[in-house]
Amino acid sequence: MTRGRTELRFCALVLIALSFSAFAEDMPWNDIVAKARGQAVNFNAWAGDEKTNAFIAWVGTEVGQRYGIKLRQVKLRDTAEAVTRVVAEKAAGRDALGTVDLIWLNGPNFLALKAEHLLYGPFSAKLPNYRYVDTTHIRSNVVDFTIPLDGFASPWRRAQIVFVYDGARISDVPHSMAQLLAWAKRHPGRTTHPSVRNFLGATFLKQALYELAPDAQQLQEPATDANFAVQTAPLWVWYEQLRPLLWRHGEQFPDNGPAQRQLVNDGEIDMMISFSPAEAAVAQAAEQLPSSVRTVVFDGGTIGNTSFVAIPYNAAHKEGAMVVANFLLEPSTQARAQDYREIGAYTVLDVDALPHADRAMFDALPRHPALPTNAELRTPLPEPHPSWMTGIAAQWERRYTK
Amino acid sequence: MTAPRGAGIVGLFPALTVAAFLLPIVAGLAGTLLPAFGYLPAIGGNALGLDPWRRLIAYPGIATSVITSLSTGFAATLASLALAVAFCAIAHGRSWARRIGGFVAPVLSTPHAAIAIGVAFLIAPSGWIARAISPWLTGWTLPPDVATIGHRSGWPLVLCLVAKETPYLVLMMIGALHQVPARGHVMIARSLGYSSAEAWLKIVLPQIYPQIRLPIFAVLAFSLSVVDVALILGPGNPPPLAVLALRWFSDADIGYYFPAAAAASLQLLLVVFAIVAWRLAEPIVTSVARVWIVRGVRRGMATVSARAGFLVAIVLFAGSIFAIAGMALWSIADAWRFPSALPTTWTLGNWSRELASLRAPVSATLLLATAATLIALILALGCLENETRARHHVGTRALWLLYLPLLVPQIAFLFGTQVLLVKTGIDGTLAAVVWAHLVFVLPYVFLSLADPWRSLDSRYARTAASLGASPSRIFFRIRLPLLLGPVLIACAIGFAVSVGQYLPTVFAGNGRIATLTTDAVTLAGGADRRVIGTYALLQALLPMLVYVAAVTVPACRFARR
Repeated sequence: MTRGRTELRFCALVLIALSFSAFAEDMPWNDIVAKARGQAVNFNAWAGDEKTNAFIAWVGTEVGQRYGIKLRQVKLRDTAEAVTRVVAEKAAGRDALGTVDLIWLNGPNFLALKAEHLLYGPFSAKLPNYRYVDTTHIRSNVVDFTIPLDGFASPWRRAQIVFVYDGARISDVPHSMAQLLAWAKRHPGRTTHPSVRNFLGATFLKQALYELAPDAQQLQEPATDANFAVQTAPLWVWYEQLRPLLWRHGEQFPDNGPAQRQLVNDGEIDMMISFSPAEAAVAQAAEQLPSSVRTVVFDGGTIGNTSFVAIPYNAAHKEGAMVVANFLLEPSTQARAQDYREIGAYTVLDVDALPHADRAMFDALPRHPALPTNAELRTPLPEPHPSWMTGIAAQWERRYTK
Repeated sequence: MTAPRGAGIVGLFPALTVAAFLLPIVAGLAGTLLPAFGYLPAIGGNALGLDPWRRLIAYPGIATSVITSLSTGFAATLASLALAVAFCAIAHGRSWARRIGGFVAPVLSTPHAAIAIGVAFLIAPSGWIARAISPWLTGWTLPPDVATIGHRSGWPLVLCLVAKETPYLVLMMIGALHQVPARGHVMIARSLGYSSAEAWLKIVLPQIYPQIRLPIFAVLAFSLSVVDVALILGPGNPPPLAVLALRWFSDADIGYYFPAAAAASLQLLLVVFAIVAWRLAEPIVTSVARVWIVRGVRRGMATVSARAGFLVAIVLFAGSIFAIAGMALWSIADAWRFPSALPTTWTLGNWSRELASLRAPVSATLLLATAATLIALILALGCLENETRARHHVGTRALWLLYLPLLVPQIAFLFGTQVLLVKTGIDGTLAAVVWAHLVFVLPYVFLSLADPWRSLDSRYARTAASLGASPSRIFFRIRLPLLLGPVLIACAIGFAVSVGQYLPTVFAGNGRIATLTTDAVTLAGGADRRVIGTYALLQALLPMLVYVAAVTVPACRFARR
């Protein structure tokens, strides 16, 4: 009897929630902006990088002035925390007025939310600035780790693997994962990679997988028991040799990218992987790395991806979240983000297709000796299907967690 | 704990107090134990079973995780106890020993996370100690490739815990000393030819041990299940069990809730096992010690060992101060690279840059600590006043109850509490976090207030009553002013406890309420040390300032009379 009543009430709530979201879907942009005014948007974003935190704070000031939105960064140690929160709210039956309005994510976190239907959308095409997004050359803007976005997330910054080294300490710079092994033999203990539980650590192995797999094309398909063993076999042979030559004999790893960068700054290592082509320049300008750091892009091409902002299905302030997502795509915002004195995040926009005045902002960006050229970066390699990353991370854990 | 006499509203306080901190623990434990056996319908766990435990056991590093937790927990507790005992044995009777509370306050009131962050920089191969002796002594122009932080054995974690827990145990022992005629006993033993330290160890220690048993268990439980310090200094692959549980609780894959709940339950089991094992070992140690005491050796190894322990305690204490000092330097450093012993360029830019991001966590920290402390104070005063009016003292069992939040591992009940808070819709609110903090603040406030309160001469109140003062007038005009000092100290302790809370803030705040401590632990994961320095320094400063205020306010007040 009581249960029946609870179910009824639950259905009513769901209906109300549905009608609300249906309402939002049909709204013209101006109405969305109007509704966003006064909303407090909880932006759940990984907070391990203070430059990015400062940038998000700037975004907050701007959207506050322009749109009357109160943007609050919910600082995360790990993006998965936000996923957990949405899941916990779903578990507790909170299908409306959720506390997470916007999440900075990609890869497994996006997949987890999308697969469980915990995202609001499709919404990205509704954002006026979305028309500037490069959806033809930069495939990662529409396909995240082989998973089509279907409009459930809006791009905001691009990442591509580069290696950062201290030019004052090394001259024999490796240009491939195979050469990195040879280099490590000459300089044991002088490089490492972040913990494989961290996306950057897993990315290090993925990049090696790309270079070493017998048929890299298969990485675009989900991993199966059969092809996983075949494709990853050379990776493990290579890694078995490399690991003892890493910092702390490969028994400890920095937690994440910034921790690894601190090791270069402290002189504990000479070379590190980075997912941000401008990291060396950005960090050098902030005295987080010595002025002798330089950047190298491996010869066979490196993996690149896009990171996005997405809105949970139960977000309380969807309109405000959309306005923020749109602001992040503003050409002036994107140009500011790409400035290495800010965060050096390469733009997701098709700069050539921008109106002249907007393109000029990108042309006017300052140069730095540690910034790679576009020619060096080439076209990024697409991310493998997420199952490869989870597969190698799990395999790594089985092999090396004792 | 009900009042036998008609005490009015005051009579409700004990029940209210017990509910305030027992409810989250009991409900939280249930909310963790059920999913540990597969029951959490909201995410598809409908049947009870052992599957979460099977998954926990299948984790490749689980044995190492458990062993790391046990070994670091026991090592930290045994070492802290030994050092505290050695310190007290040497310090007993010295004139400066009476001011010990003031000396240890800076270390005691600084949150664990801040000390851990500072220790990490001290002991890293490229850290402050190495910088101070390189290259002139060591010849290192590059830091050596040896493991310190995150060492598999967990020794840096033990080191930090010992540095933090030894002063706490010292204070607990000094508190217990008031209840035994220690001075007289030591004098008699000295006249029989024992050294002062020997006399303390052989005669005083056995008498005060029963009174410091609960604090020791609190240290043991805390060391076994600590999360923030372990995140910063402990091994990561695999981490101690409590960190593993937290890692799984926050995994993107919801399915990890179940093994996470199993890991949290196992953590509870470990603590119960450890406390029982300790209790069982006590008679054995006692009988061995009795042989030693009865043999009556004078001027033996005991004095030398106590002196060595005293020295180590002092070195660790100085290390803690240097740990904070290092972070203070970082907060005003621009460039500071290995092997420079001091920053090469200085700046105030870190502070001006961080000012905007510091504002929110500082105000949240202040607000939470003030609210939790005031509520705890009102509840504690209410309980004590009720006790006085009812002339009814709480027994040992109630003391265990008070210690419960300090004995049950946080990870074991906070997850369940979070589910409860989400269900009631108050998760992520300041009120929820205040409540979670109150669970830990209340015992400390009550314990620090109880002794001075109970030992207040009852003739003051009787005189006032005979002059016609009402009970509430006696409370507000006699007891409170007389006990102003202890009340303020209790507030300072409660404040410091609240500032230091990591896990309760993360879980009850649902990640949306950031304090200095949660932000500092997040940043310690790898952010710029100059930024971490500002957070760690503020973390240490806030409780310290409150403590200084608590000590000076009554002094000024009484000086005017």
